[in-house]
Amino acid sequence: MTIFVDIGSLDDIPAQGARLVKTAQGCVAVFRTADDRVFALEDRCPHKGGPLSEGIVHGTSVTCPLHNWVFDMNTGQAQGADQGMVCTYPVKVQEGRILIDASLIRRSAAA
Amino acid sequence: MKKKLVVIGAGMASGRMLEHLFDAAPGAWDVTLFNAEPRGNYNRLMLSPVLSGEKTYDQIVTHDDAWYSAHGVDCRFGEPVVRIDRKNRVVYSNSGGAPYDALVIATGSAPFIIPVPGKDLPGVVAYRDLEDTQAMMDTAGKDAVVIGGGLLGLEAAAGMAARGARVTVIHLMGHLMERQLDPAAGYLLQRDLEKRGIAVHCKGATKAIFGTDRAEAVLLEDGTVYPADLVCMAVGIRPETRIAVDAHLEVERGIVVDDALRTSDPAIFALGECVEHRGQVFGLVAPLYDQAKVLAQTLLGADAVFAPVQTATKLKVTGCDLFSAGDFADGPRREDIVFRDPGRGIYKRLVLENDRIIGVVMYGDTADGAWFYGLMKDGTDIGPMRDTLIFGPAFQGGAAPDPMAAVAALPPEAEICGCNGVSKGAIMDAVAGGACTLDAMRSCTKASASCGTCTGLVQQVMALALGGAVQDAPEGMCKCTDHTHEDVRRLIRSMGLKSIPAVMQDLGWRSVGGCHSCRPALNYYLLAEWPLEYRDDRQSRFVNERNHANIQKDGTYSVVPRMWGGVTTPAELRAIADAAEKYDVPMVKVTGGQRIDLLGVRKEDLPHMWADLNAAGLVSGHAYSKGLRTVKTCVGKEFCRVGTQDSTGLGIRLEKLMWGSWTPHKLKLGVSGCPRNCAEATCKDIGVVCVDSGYNISIGGAAGMEVRETVPLASTPSEDETVQIILAVTQLYRENARYLDRIWKWMGKVGLDWIRAQVVDDLENRAALVERFQISQSVYRRDPWADLSTPSETPKWAPLADLTLEAAE
Ligand SMILES: Cc1cc2nc3c(=O)[nH]c(=O)nc-3n(C[C@H](O)[C@H](O)[C@H](O)COP(=O)(O)OP(=O)(O)OC[C@H]3O[C@@H](n4cnc5c(N)ncnc54)[C@H](O)[C@@H]3O)c2cc1C
Ligand code: SF4
Ligand code: FES
Repeated sequence: MTIFVDIGSLDDIPAQGARLVKTAQGCVAVFRTADDRVFALEDRCPHKGGPLSEGIVHGTSVTCPLHNWVFDMNTGQAQGADQGMVCTYPVKVQEGRILIDASLIRRSAAA
Repeated sequence: MKKKLVVIGAGMASGRMLEHLFDAAPGAWDVTLFNAEPRGNYNRLMLSPVLSGEKTYDQIVTHDDAWYSAHGVDCRFGEPVVRIDRKNRVVYSNSGGAPYDALVIATGSAPFIIPVPGKDLPGVVAYRDLEDTQAMMDTAGKDAVVIGGGLLGLEAAAGMAARGARVTVIHLMGHLMERQLDPAAGYLLQRDLEKRGIAVHCKGATKAIFGTDRAEAVLLEDGTVYPADLVCMAVGIRPETRIAVDAHLEVERGIVVDDALRTSDPAIFALGECVEHRGQVFGLVAPLYDQAKVLAQTLLGADAVFAPVQTATKLKVTGCDLFSAGDFADGPRREDIVFRDPGRGIYKRLVLENDRIIGVVMYGDTADGAWFYGLMKDGTDIGPMRDTLIFGPAFQGGAAPDPMAAVAALPPEAEICGCNGVSKGAIMDAVAGGACTLDAMRSCTKASASCGTCTGLVQQVMALALGGAVQDAPEGMCKCTDHTHEDVRRLIRSMGLKSIPAVMQDLGWRSVGGCHSCRPALNYYLLAEWPLEYRDDRQSRFVNERNHANIQKDGTYSVVPRMWGGVTTPAELRAIADAAEKYDVPMVKVTGGQRIDLLGVRKEDLPHMWADLNAAGLVSGHAYSKGLRTVKTCVGKEFCRVGTQDSTGLGIRLEKLMWGSWTPHKLKLGVSGCPRNCAEATCKDIGVVCVDSGYNISIGGAAGMEVRETVPLASTPSEDETVQIILAVTQLYRENARYLDRIWKWMGKVGLDWIRAQVVDDLENRAALVERFQISQSVYRRDPWADLSTPSETPKWAPLADLTLEAAE
């Protein structure tokens, strides 16, 4: 079972925007869609490391700001002709608070 | 002796439960019924028709005095229960106690009241019971404010409007019913309500309710004040659990019950909105009726199990046809199918997970709602019919939505060709008169014969009149739409579309929120068209414009303060040097546009650095913008031995007039004091080369991926006229060019002659363009650094959370 930790309020993220969370496993981008769904993705584009948190969010996709690769936030999979994927992490909203997978606190993924 | 059953709450759930109980085993229990309201059961759902005047209270009563006496119910109406004595099995109201063998708690929900000053004033109500409804029925001719744009709030608003009140709905989120609808459908709903005279204020946070003896007005955080004789709060409900908490029953969000609806005390049961079953609470009657059936059986000693099913909502606002069911919340692996028919104001959205429907929203045409709902409830695998699913049960052939609908919806007087003032009606008439090709149309009406940006639209109107395509339609703006950039701009104007959701809905976008290429374009088109009304959407901007700095390849940013005309002072240089040191800037560089670039700044430092630079009088150089960047200048006649005019002064003047303006692409200017052209003005978007007799203005240069020399636009004797022409040509470019076309590219499409006719020869038009530019500048000529380095904004630039710190603990 996934254990969740509170990282802030839904209102801290603009609709169709993202905020960064620093974790022991690197930066994670937490996105909020226009209809208030949240997604958590690794903040590093597999192409050349672009910060996905600065991309434009449309529907449940995000476009990398550096070279326009598009990722489905549900799966982390690159869309269209591009190949690659980013990690996704469990995240949810409860009574206006954002909760993220507590295993991100741990020192490293392997440990 | 008969066993005693006490019921707390005469609401919809307990009423139904008693019916089942008396039907199955008349006389099995001796029933005492307490209710806080001074009356028995009525159909709460029908309060809206009572409010709007379609029904009377008598018509919605479900159990009358005769029914209660026929079943021997001891009614204690107007007596709220205040305490449960579990040890002795007695409940108490303020007028006495009643013993029980079994107790049912059915206290429903309590409305949520926002804790703002003034919330307790008379005239502030919720929307829960008959008293609230009566207060709202009394607002004819008065001002009413509804806080909350969800289902209940909108029912309240529509009901009061039907009674003749002036109603404003204040909603915290960006669009109405954000749980059920996406922004485009929310816009459609808002438009329908506004057509009925209900004002809607989204993104409105209530700060206080004013009034001395009773409510008089509502104040929002943004300073707006709405007069209000009545304020209705409909921001949400929570289970009414107070007596259960006091009695130490297990309560989470609601009173916790098992599948037989038993609470943590085996003699006490609960049902309705006050309960929580397997982590879920309820807000609609359908599952409560199932609970009623189960609890009646439990009380009769039978085994029955409550298993909730999905429920659907229909908005009971007459004239707003809305159907919503299922789940739109966050979750991985979810996909949307969206259908829009803007001409008819129809919107449909299905949320899918693993080829099963898990959510349905329909607006405008809800005929297929029950069918989708059935598929959702049954968990049908929709894989095989996925392609045509959205068209409903009757349609399994699958025609694509019609991109012509937006054009078909335009009224005959809508202007299609702006240059020549040709209306849709005139084009239709010309087709009827035999103009069947674009050339014929151009020669007989002049439509699309000038700048040509309306060609696509003219073709579509002609196709409409001819009942078929004229020629291949030009390429669409992006995969979300078949309309070209030019069509979209013109339709924004002629249909009066003022928001991104409005454009997407009315022009039939195929996606849920556009994409990274149409959103920035739409944002630009809207702010260029409606500078005073449209509010810039930061989330539809590219990262550089959102963060007001250029992103570098390692994710750091570069900061460029404005230096008017390239001129600076020792004090400014000192401030720049201080900032570079304080924030550990790895490189300080002079740019090609004569500004100083501070490279390698961390995002969270940006607002702090801006505040420091602001304090020294520096503002953003917009080195990141699709907007005015720099005006590069040479020394000019003040110092240079060959200079003929004050090129530096003219450059500064232009930059002060034009800074902050957004344009289709970046805009760079140059002013040189003589034909030696030290400012390299002839490879800028707009260049001025001063000569003895005055000023030579040329446009369309570039030194980027394409290197181009400017072409002469005009020569003028005076600096004032030079400035006017430059502002006018900039505004023409802003109003007319496709997003991401530099001036040279736009010029290639519309022709230099046309531009010259507009801004040089036609003095009246020039003045009008300048005026429109100034109107826009009255909004946009401001420093984003100052706006974004405030105490409330600064924290937003830092990470939301730092979990590495927790690991160290
Ligand atoms: C205006 C309006 C429109 C609605 N429209 C719809 C709709 O279209 N579709 C839909 O499915 N649902 C709708 N609902 C929701 C629906 O009415 C509720 O889900 C349903 O009434 C809940 O039933 P209940 O028996 O749990 O509570 P209620 O019907 O709320 O009954 C609870 C009763 O308990 C009483 N009570 C509370 N505390 C005490 C106490 N301590 N002692 C004694 N009595 C107490 C209350 O006064 C109240 O009379 C609407 C609700 C409202 C207010
Ligand atoms: S362009 Fe002419 S006026 Fe300007 S600095 Fe060069 S030589 Fe002097
Ligand atoms: S780094 Fe993301 S697309 Fe290139």
